[in-house]
Amino acid sequence: MADIVARDLSVPVAGRQLTLHKFARRKSTIAFVMALPLILVVACLVIYPAFYSISLAMMNKSMQYFNIFTSKNNFTFLFGRPTFWMVVEQTVLFAVTAVIFKALIGFIAAHFVHNLPAQGQRKWRGMLLIPWVIPPAMSTLAWLWLFDPSYSAFNWVFAHLGIPQVAWLGNPYWARFCVILVNVWVGSPFFLIMYLAALKSVPEQLHEAAAIDGANWLQKIWYVNLPMMRNIIQITALFSLIVTFANFDIVKILTNGGPVDQTHVFATWAFQWAIWGNDIPLGASISLFMAPILAIAAFLILRNVSRRGNEA
Amino acid sequence: MAQVALRNIVKTFDRTPAVQGIDLDIADREFIVLVGPSGCGKSTTLRMIAGLEEATSGEIFIGDQLVNDVPPKDRDIAMVFQNYALYPHMTVFENMSFGLRLKKFPKPEIKERVQVAARILDITDLLDRRPKQLSGGQRQRVAMGRAIVRNPKVFLFDEPLSNLDAKLRVQMRTEIKKIHQQVTTTTVYVTHDQVEAMTLADRVVIMNAGRIDQIGSPHEVYHTPKTQFVAGFIGSPTMNMLPCRLVENGSGLTVRLSDWLSFPVPPSRAARYRPRVGSELTFGLRPEHIIEGRGEVPPGAAAFQARLDVVEPMGMETMVYFVVDGVEVCGRVNPAAAGRVGESMRLVADLNQMHLIDPRSELVL
Amino acid sequence: MTTATAEAAAGHGHRVRSGSISRGRRRTLYWSYFFLIIFVIFFLTPPLYMFITSLKSSAEISAATNPWWVYHPTLSNYIDLLTQNQYLVFFRNSAIVSVCVVSLTMLISVLAAFSLARMKFWGSATLATGVFLTYLIPDTLLFIPLFKTFAFIHDKTGIELINHWWVLIILLPTLTVPFCTWIMIGYFASIPKELDEAALIDGAGYIQMLTRIFIPVALPGIIAATIFCFTVSWANFLYPLAFTTSADQLTLPVGIVTTLIRGDVYAWGQIMTGALLGAAPPLIIYAFLMDYYIAGLTAGATKG
Repeated sequence: MADIVARDLSVPVAGRQLTLHKFARRKSTIAFVMALPLILVVACLVIYPAFYSISLAMMNKSMQYFNIFTSKNNFTFLFGRPTFWMVVEQTVLFAVTAVIFKALIGFIAAHFVHNLPAQGQRKWRGMLLIPWVIPPAMSTLAWLWLFDPSYSAFNWVFAHLGIPQVAWLGNPYWARFCVILVNVWVGSPFFLIMYLAALKSVPEQLHEAAAIDGANWLQKIWYVNLPMMRNIIQITALFSLIVTFANFDIVKILTNGGPVDQTHVFATWAFQWAIWGNDIPLGASISLFMAPILAIAAFLILRNVSRRGNEA
Repeated sequence: MAQVALRNIVKTFDRTPAVQGIDLDIADREFIVLVGPSGCGKSTTLRMIAGLEEATSGEIFIGDQLVNDVPPKDRDIAMVFQNYALYPHMTVFENMSFGLRLKKFPKPEIKERVQVAARILDITDLLDRRPKQLSGGQRQRVAMGRAIVRNPKVFLFDEPLSNLDAKLRVQMRTEIKKIHQQVTTTTVYVTHDQVEAMTLADRVVIMNAGRIDQIGSPHEVYHTPKTQFVAGFIGSPTMNMLPCRLVENGSGLTVRLSDWLSFPVPPSRAARYRPRVGSELTFGLRPEHIIEGRGEVPPGAAAFQARLDVVEPMGMETMVYFVVDGVEVCGRVNPAAAGRVGESMRLVADLNQMHLIDPRSELVL
Repeated sequence: MTTATAEAAAGHGHRVRSGSISRGRRRTLYWSYFFLIIFVIFFLTPPLYMFITSLKSSAEISAATNPWWVYHPTLSNYIDLLTQNQYLVFFRNSAIVSVCVVSLTMLISVLAAFSLARMKFWGSATLATGVFLTYLIPDTLLFIPLFKTFAFIHDKTGIELINHWWVLIILLPTLTVPFCTWIMIGYFASIPKELDEAALIDGAGYIQMLTRIFIPVALPGIIAATIFCFTVSWANFLYPLAFTTSADQLTLPVGIVTTLIRGDVYAWGQIMTGALLGAAPPLIIYAFLMDYYIAGLTAGATKG
């Protein structure tokens, strides 16, 4: 670090006094001032609301007093409602299933793209990333249209093939399937790109050595690629877990939580209570349930990132 | 005018002393080289002169000005970095003129200065290129051009040739020497390569573990090293050093290296060494002073037989190695006269060039 | 063993296709293309369908003919939307919000990243990690307390922060600043320190170092961060949905969803057209600046 004008104040050198002017010129002061907008943004728009959220969760509906220590608070209310437990189950189900499939598709597709000659890779990569580029809200509308009860394009194809029609968004189980499907559709390209980059950094010599040792393609993937990519795989999965867990757009537009609350996730349910139901504290308490998972995932990511930093 | 003076410079990083008291006077137009192994404090000293590090204590003078508190841009210095540090997004011309543009020099003068420097460095046809289009040697020249253009009081070079391949390094060494003859600015040059130090310097400053071991001309440090470290650091291949015992007998002083090998001390040295008779010392002799033994032995030299352990033909000369009490000793002989491995060969050691070193203080007697 | 011709140590995809590609190699290639085509069909069907539908009149849609083909293509949907004031208002709102958010974010991020990557001050290392962590806090957690805070400010000071599109300019930086700062820190940190020192000796002050050295050299990173920032602001659905309600204050994603669906009647032709046009800006940027786009994506996780 270019430690130029950093005055070491603990060692008094004759004649140097800390005047206000010198303080302003200090490198650390300038640095702090430059970082100040960032600190303000983070403090006011992230840290403060996060804590306020906790405080809100402990209040009653009209936000006049704290009822956390009484027997009738937001949490007892939630724990007593079966819908709440459904939401928990649904959110976890969506997040875990979607991430697993996204990782699988991303992993497989990355290998196929990697197999292509270099010039061709760009084209295919370009096409395959499109679901990620389109704003999720827009693409979810397309899926909504594809799953339309009367005009579903898929049902039209099924009809011609003799397969019975599916009530995509009307049936609870199919609705859940659709939410996961759209989630996977939107998120797989991210995994594809990350895994492709990780794949490219696996030294080709390892594959050659494995080939000499007698490994077939599957074994090469299992014994060479997978371990070398392990770090990226974990980080990407954790990132995605956080994002999928907190997902709002897809569920809101596709099903709005229905049918019969069977596809609600924390984000949409919290929205419903806070904005439509006018019960802000309850909404806050619901959204807080996302926090533990996020914290664990964040911790794991940090640990992975710093470990990789040390290896490098 | 543009001398540099360092008075008792100390630099500590987090309680680790990097430089432990340096006193140095550099004369105007002198080319001084700070040389030593990694970690000896030479780069830190250079950076303190530049103002990139602040001295923990001590005083630095450039010209007559005390510059401890003066930021780098006001010290009127220019620096050439090991990794060239060229601005990748600027052309060669822009790289060289950046400092002048910041100081708001008039455009015609900038152009003139850059052209002059480019001519000296032979890079006039590269002025419109970007750094990534240049080879290592070309980049290094641009870095030097950037320094020359500023017309500073002092040039500072921080291991500029370390990133070049061997052949290019030799070439650039000569270039730098020629440039110094043209542009006679005071230069402080840091390197770990003692060959560079010897070939480029007016005076060599040998540093070891944060202190200066010796300052002197290349000739001085080569022929009259003051410490064991200097003796071993300067010169390639390194000086042979063997434990010995100084004894006195009827015919004068003798250095006893082993059961089978002893050398008589030349009479001119007798007075200097007599007080140490009986002690265990370290005997030093450079390989080029052990040559093939043919015909008469000149005064001050001694002939002996040794069984060759390794023979390295180098083309112009052949290096022969023999073992004395477990220590491998190197000699430089004419290829025609060299013996073969396992054979015994007659060698002559020129003891006028010997050194005796006190093993405890590591000072040369 | 495959005839691996000219496979340089790090040149994975750079397989030189000479005439003598072995049969095993060719087979892998065919299988790759086969599966990739399947993936592409999966990934590109919805956008394609959006396009097809956008060319259909509502008559053709309700006639329930082959949904995958347009028999009487018409641009009426496009014309309607683009001449109708409301859609253009949505577009305008989104555009202004995004541009402002991008400018604000990049200003904050570049300054902060320069400070955190190069200068030390008390707590700067913690702040850098903290920035990364805040990126992980989702907007779905923050929107409720922010909503309440805005309502509170309205009660106390009369400043109405809800139901104005420009509020989003204050809110959206939450999502973009942490990640953009993180990206920029990575890019700035990869600039060799000797460049700083050379600039110092050449006489540059901090601002000059930033504007004349760091920003030009880290330009790819800045472009990547800008693209990321724009895409996030443009696509954001939750904040506009929660904080704006009147039709003239909505941004594009929310506008399409709420106004084109009147009760039970879905004007699908217009919806798909609106969605396609709404997806256009990110897609166009992507088409021209794909490499920067991808660099922005991978920067977060790999520049750890």
